[in-house]
Amino acid sequence: MIIELGHFAAILAFMVALVQTAVPLWGAYARDGRLMAVAGSAAIAQAGLIAISFAALTYGFVVSDFSLKLVVDNSQTAKPLLYKITGVWGNHEGSLLLWALSLAVFGAAAAVWGGNLTPTLRARVLAVQGSIGAAFLAFMLFTSNPFLRLAEPPMNGADLNPLLQDPGLAFHPPFLYLGYVGLSMSFSFAVAALLEGRVDAAWGRWVRPWTLAAWVFLTIGIAMGSWWAYYELGWGGFWFWDPVENASFMPWLIGTALLHSAIVVEKRESLKAWTILLAILAFGFSLMGTFIVRSGVITSVHSFASDPARGMFILLILAFFMGGALTLFAARAHILASKGVFSMVSRESALVANNLLLSVSAFVVFVGTMWPLFVELAFGQKISVGAPFFDAAFTPFMVVLALILPIGAIMPWKRGEMRRSILPLRGAIVLALAALALTYAVQTGTSAVGPIGALLGLWVVAGAVLDLAQRTGRSGGGGARFGRMLRLPRADFGRVIAHIGFGVTVFAVAGITTWVREEIRAVNIGGNFMLGQYEVTLVNVSEVQGPNYIATRAEMRVMRGDEEIAVLYPERRIYPVAGMPTTEAAIHRRFMDDIYLVIGDPQAAGGFAVRGYVKPFANWIWAGSILMSLGGLLSLTDRRFRMAAGAKQPKAALQPAE
Amino acid sequence: MMRAILIVLAFLAAPAFAVQPDEMLADPAQEARARAITITLRCPVCQGESIDDSNAPISRDLRLLVRERILAGDSDAQVVDYVVARYGEFVLFKPRTTGSGLALWLAGPLMLLAGGALAFGVLRRRQAAPEAPPLSPEEQARIDALLPK
Repeated sequence: MIIELGHFAAILAFMVALVQTAVPLWGAYARDGRLMAVAGSAAIAQAGLIAISFAALTYGFVVSDFSLKLVVDNSQTAKPLLYKITGVWGNHEGSLLLWALSLAVFGAAAAVWGGNLTPTLRARVLAVQGSIGAAFLAFMLFTSNPFLRLAEPPMNGADLNPLLQDPGLAFHPPFLYLGYVGLSMSFSFAVAALLEGRVDAAWGRWVRPWTLAAWVFLTIGIAMGSWWAYYELGWGGFWFWDPVENASFMPWLIGTALLHSAIVVEKRESLKAWTILLAILAFGFSLMGTFIVRSGVITSVHSFASDPARGMFILLILAFFMGGALTLFAARAHILASKGVFSMVSRESALVANNLLLSVSAFVVFVGTMWPLFVELAFGQKISVGAPFFDAAFTPFMVVLALILPIGAIMPWKRGEMRRSILPLRGAIVLALAALALTYAVQTGTSAVGPIGALLGLWVVAGAVLDLAQRTGRSGGGGARFGRMLRLPRADFGRVIAHIGFGVTVFAVAGITTWVREEIRAVNIGGNFMLGQYEVTLVNVSEVQGPNYIATRAEMRVMRGDEEIAVLYPERRIYPVAGMPTTEAAIHRRFMDDIYLVIGDPQAAGGFAVRGYVKPFANWIWAGSILMSLGGLLSLTDRRFRMAAGAKQPKAALQPAE
Repeated sequence: MMRAILIVLAFLAAPAFAVQPDEMLADPAQEARARAITITLRCPVCQGESIDDSNAPISRDLRLLVRERILAGDSDAQVVDYVVARYGEFVLFKPRTTGSGLALWLAGPLMLLAGGALAFGVLRRRQAAPEAPPLSPEEQARIDALLPK
């Protein structure tokens, strides 16, 4: 009964989404306030209905209702409760429902907080958002319905893919979806602005918080996925340039560009058409990502549910929204005249360079991801494009981006001078060069990647700190400047922290890639081996019974000289119901490096295969990502967005001067 | 008994775990070369894994093959050519810079050039665009009166 209620709610939500699309659009066209007002209530109703639907499906998973096909395929009774719940979106159908839910929640949020938008813009934004919701609900109901029943329910289910039974991965999809879907808001704002034929500073101010929120979610989602890959896949890789990773990375890159160009629209009323285009493309890449993941057209370890018919449907959605939006853009972009005038050396120009680098790097990722498909269709050859290509073709863009970042960040608007923007950064330049020399002298190998990473990382971090110092002005002593610093808008802190996070991640990625140590050995029980400066002993190997798996667990002691660093328990697990083995690496996490141990197969000659790694700066990768999201969150709470979203501000104060 | 269980478990889990200790070459320099090559070669039957990471039997065969060729005195390029001759360009994670691969490698730099030229053009026009006319003395006086000192 509850399941049927959920099913009906989903169908009703689809109907409501259609109304949300059609009525307000007509209303905005006919300038009919009552018709436009439908948008808000429809958006809230749609979110409520999908929430009911989602709750019903969750209930089905929690009580293990094996009359539901989806539960049978993806769950079983012995699974821990947490994974029963996360199993709701650990599959194609459920993840679509989650997607639709996030979409509707964003729409409802815009309806609730969009009170100060002009009525026509609000109606159009919600209508466009409603049309995306309708498309995805149709996709779900017609090709991948999560509420299908079985006539003869089995006694138990097939279990969730054990790789997905992990806290890191359990919450990775919801964050990614919130990110993808958040970009749909920017898209809706862009299309609505094209329909309105008006883009001004106010538009930039409205669209930026949504983009910022989406970007924060995407950053967290991607970082979680990479963190999961690091400890779960058993060799400590954190990024594989897998098509599905790229699918989430492209919207992130474009979203980052959009975030920066929207600032120019907001502050200087320039780059309007470009910003609109980025908003359209960012969501386009989100849809593309869904297509890549869901269609399985590009083989990948991630496509646990793929089907050509579904791929076709998503392709249609993609073609409709991108085709429609880009046609509209081509027809209307010329009326978006930019106002601001700026010189070649200015913050505007620096942000243009930022946008160029980010978009072209996204383009490189896109071409690399789609290339095998294209070559197979065009020439009938099967080729591969993998990590070595992306490392070589993508990295240079990030290097240049990191190089120009600190200069661009302190460059004044409108007209700047190279010398006056570089001079305050001389401390950062000295520090960065020192880091380069030091790391090069200390490291054992001759790879330039690590030292260059150290140079860039320190340059960006020190540059960001100097950026903050610069903002406190020159007059007064340290106390006065500190006081002024505390009174700086939160957006300034947000920018500085996000930039520091970027620097930290750049350094960590270069460091872990260059300075990792690896040992692969066959070790007898009681035997030991040297891993860098550590002595690792395989103390014992035993069998352990888990809730829904059996594990081979090794006890390994890590010593440095006479000092015991850690005792680690790497495992190999077998999930009998799913019939799948997994490796559970044991990681001793530390500030400067991780000790990473993996137990492998028993060897014919006795003993076990063992892998050990020392991974320097591993945690810094994710610390940097956390700083980036934190910076985004801080910016999001900036006064001007609270005012823009603001319920308590008097209306008159909200209209920006033009 | 314990040992028997472990062996059964290991069998259940069957081929797992990438590079095995028994495959590795005695000479660390040669082994390092082998690893550098195997991480760029794709497992022919897996989904996007290198033969270095892959657990498939064919990847093990390829890893051994690469090491055999290195022991036989091949250069790195010769080893890769040897594998490509047998398994096709599909195994190359880093496509060659010839034929269609050239377009792939040039796509990024060309796009950067095109985008850069476009941006430069727009920036120049922005720069050339007429500035707002300077304020007249009366306007300046009104602003001074309005702005708090």
